Amino acid sequence: MPDKKLFEAGVKDYSAEGRYYYSPGYEPSDLELLAAFRVTPQEGVPFEEAAAAVAAESSSGTWTNVWSDYLTDPARYAGRTYKIEKVPGEENQFIAYIAYPLDLFEEGSMANLLSSIVGNVFGFKALKALRLEDIRFPAALLKTFQGPPHGIQSERDRMNKYGRPLLGATMKPKLGMSGKNYGRVVYEGLKGGLDFTKDDENVTSQPFMRWTDRFKFVMEAVQKAEAETGERKGHYLNVTAGDMEEMYKRAELAKELGSPIIMVDYLTVGFTAFTSLSKWCRDNGMLLHAHRAMHAVMDRQRNHGIHWRVLAKLARIVGADHVHNGTVVGKLEGDKASTMGSAALLRENKVKRDLSRGIYFDQDWVSMPAVMPVASGGIHVWHIPELVRIFGDDVILQFGGGTLGHPWGSMPGAKAVRVATEAVVKARNEGRDLQAEGGDILREAAKFSPELQVALETWKEIKFEFETVDKL
Amino acid sequence: MRTETFSYLPLLSQNEIAKQIQYIVNQGWTAGIEYSTDTDPKNSYWNFWKLPFFGEKDVAAIMEEMAACRQANPKAYIRIIGYDNIRQGQVHSFVALEPEEQN
Repeated sequence: MPDKKLFEAGVKDYSAEGRYYYSPGYEPSDLELLAAFRVTPQEGVPFEEAAAAVAAESSSGTWTNVWSDYLTDPARYAGRTYKIEKVPGEENQFIAYIAYPLDLFEEGSMANLLSSIVGNVFGFKALKALRLEDIRFPAALLKTFQGPPHGIQSERDRMNKYGRPLLGATMKPKLGMSGKNYGRVVYEGLKGGLDFTKDDENVTSQPFMRWTDRFKFVMEAVQKAEAETGERKGHYLNVTAGDMEEMYKRAELAKELGSPIIMVDYLTVGFTAFTSLSKWCRDNGMLLHAHRAMHAVMDRQRNHGIHWRVLAKLARIVGADHVHNGTVVGKLEGDKASTMGSAALLRENKVKRDLSRGIYFDQDWVSMPAVMPVASGGIHVWHIPELVRIFGDDVILQFGGGTLGHPWGSMPGAKAVRVATEAVVKARNEGRDLQAEGGDILREAAKFSPELQVALETWKEIKFEFETVDKL
Repeated sequence: MRTETFSYLPLLSQNEIAKQIQYIVNQGWTAGIEYSTDTDPKNSYWNFWKLPFFGEKDVAAIMEEMAACRQANPKAYIRIIGYDNIRQGQVHSFVALEPEEQN
C-alpha cells in the first residue's frame, strides 16, 4: 500500500486544489464554452467555494469524493471558474466566469447542453440564487447546429421586401373567433399594407376554431390579399401542438396551402421539438417564427434564472427566422441597452463584449444566418420614427392594437402604419434626423394619408413609464 | 396594386429618387436598375438595365441611366436596387418610375 492513499472518502471543498473547479487565472481556449453566472451564495459561503461549486455541479463534480473519479482524467472534464467579479452595489453577489470543455456536450443537442449548464446546479443548496447571464459558444460547437432555417437575407429575397422594417400584427381577440371571422381580420390587415399577420401564442386548435378551419380561411385571406395588392404576404400559422406528430401534420398542411411561414412557441414546446421543427422548415423551404411565451418565468428576476440574451442566442442557434425581442420604446435606458444587446446577438456576425449592453463575451457566429428580432406590444404610429432609428431595417414591427384599434378598422389601420413606416424610412435615407424631426415627418405624411391623420389623432400622448424589474 | 417599398407614398420626384440613390451610394452599396411590365409578386427577376453600376458614385450618372431605361421602355415599371456585397444580397429596392400614360 502507498503511504498516502489517492482516494479518501469524504467531502472535499469544491475549490480545493487539484479539483480544477476554481482555477483563477486559467486561460480558456477558443474551443471551450464560456458562461457568466450571477451567483448569490448563502450566508457564510465564500465566493471562491460558491464559484467552484457552480462549475463543479454544472460539469463533472459530485458532492462527495467517489473512487471512480480516479478511473478518469478530471482535468479533461472539469468546468473551471477562471474569474470572479463582484457585482457593484451588491453585498453578496458576484459574476463567475466558467469555462467548459467541449467534450462535455453532445453535438447538436441543446437539450443536453442545458441539462448540463442550467441543470441541477440551479437548485444547489449552498446558493441562494443563480442566474445565467451569458454564454459564449465556441465555433466548434456552433457548427454542430444549423441555426435559422433561412435567415434575414433569404427571408427578404423570398418575401421581396427590402430597405425597410417588415410590418405585422397579431390577430385580436386572440381567442374565441371562428375560422372565417379570423380570416377576415387577417385579410383586412394584409390588404391594408401589412406584410405579415400572426396567430397568438395560445391559438392552436381549440373547440371554437379547429386548426384546419383556421389554416384554410387564413390562407384564402393571404392569397386574396396578395392577388389584390401585388405584394407577397404571410400569416404565422402557429403549429404548436401537444406532440411532434401533430406539429408535423399541421406544418405539412400549412405548406400544402402555400403558406411561406409557420410559427412555434419555442420555449413551451421544448428545445428538442423546436430543433426538429426548425429542421423541417429548412427542408421544406418554410420560414419559422418563434414566440417566446414562458420566457419571463426564466428571465424576469435579476438574481435568478436565465437572462433573455441567452434564450435569444439559443433561438438563433437552434433555429428561428424570427423571435420576439422587446420593443425598446418607452422603456428605461438600461432595459433599452439590454434589448439592443440581444438584437445585436440575433443579427450580427461578430459581437464584442460590451457590458453596457449586458454582453459578457465576444461571440463569433461564424456566418450562422441572422434572426429578425420582433418588436411587439403597445406600439403605434407615433413610435415608428424612434423604432426605425433604434432598430434600423432588420426588424419586424408588430402593431396589434395599433392596427386593429384604428377608428376606421384594420385595413385603414394597416395602411396608416405602412404609410408612416415608409415616410420615416424615406426621410431617414434623405438624411433627416428621426429623433428631432420624427413628429414632423409623420405630420407631413398625414397630409396625403387621412388614415394616418386619424391614427395620429387617436394615439398621441400615450407614454410608457413603468419601472422595469430587471436592470443591467 | 402596390409594388413594395415606398409604394404607399406619392410617386417620388426626380429629386427624391436622386436622394435615395445618394443614400445607396453613401452606404457603400452598388446601385442597379431593373425594369419589367410584369409586377407579379412571384416574379423575382425583372430585366437588368445594363449591369449594376459597380463603383459608380456619381448619382447624376445613375439618374441618366434611369432616363435612358425609361426612354427605351416607356411601358415598364422601373426600380432602383441597392446591392450590398458584404451582406451578399439586395438591401434596397423601390419602384422609381411607373409606366407612362398609354394613349
